[in-house]
Amino acid sequence: MEKTKSKSLPLTKRGLNFEMLMWIFTRLSALVMYALILFAIIGALFMGARYQMNLADLMRWGFTPNVTHIQNTNVPDVAPWVTPLWKVTACLLVLVAVAHGIHGLVVIADDYIVTPRGRQIVRIISILLVLLMSFVGVFVIWTS
Amino acid sequence: MALKRQVGLKQGLRYKGGGPMLVWMLHRISGIGIVLFVGLHVLSSFSSQMFGLNLAKSVNIIYESPAFQIAIFFCVLFHAINGLRVTILDLWPKLIEYQREAIWVEWAVFIPLYSLAVLVIISTAAGV
Repeated sequence: MEKTKSKSLPLTKRGLNFEMLMWIFTRLSALVMYALILFAIIGALFMGARYQMNLADLMRWGFTPNVTHIQNTNVPDVAPWVTPLWKVTACLLVLVAVAHGIHGLVVIADDYIVTPRGRQIVRIISILLVLLMSFVGVFVIWTS
Repeated sequence: MALKRQVGLKQGLRYKGGGPMLVWMLHRISGIGIVLFVGLHVLSSFSSQMFGLNLAKSVNIIYESPAFQIAIFFCVLFHAINGLRVTILDLWPKLIEYQREAIWVEWAVFIPLYSLAVLVIISTAAGV
């Protein structure tokens, strides 16, 4: 097959605007979420989940390591499950997921809302949503 | 406006994008599904912790129904696996050449995992 010349600009001429940064952030935050979920699941297995939890509860804990997610399991002592380590892990997961998710909604909205004014409104709403959901998520984790 | 779309719904549906278009559409739909579910879940937990409302309990009844679990697990698992594929292809652009093969690999991972999960959900619901 004949090699075609790449049409993309060299990195120095491309410029680095906010959309480009968010494009990279979306990819990297996906990897970060994978890492945090794996960390939570491996941590749960170390804390005795093999004998105290079923697979569904283990995944529930993995997606957000919050103590309310192990209420219906056979864990005898919740003390190791409510350490600051797990609270920080859960908060990181929530913050990354909120930014990833709301930015995803903006990307989808941009395909249907094409006027500059409409896109501006979408962005204002999205910033408010990120602030609201980040605050509510962190609050729920630290007070549960 | 240069940005105005010239494609109507009927034309859009007739577009034959094939496998890559299907996973692109499913990625969007599952993403919206996750945002709605997680948003509702967080807000209902907040309302019960902050104001002692029973909203979380009534919403939990919906979450625990097998039909909802089958739907939301599709969203989460598909979004995670397809997102990993997109991330790998975007971070190593040379692999884009093999994107159709990557989509086949993705289905080969997704279908067994999801079938197993659906089986577990149904057998748990049936009390087997």
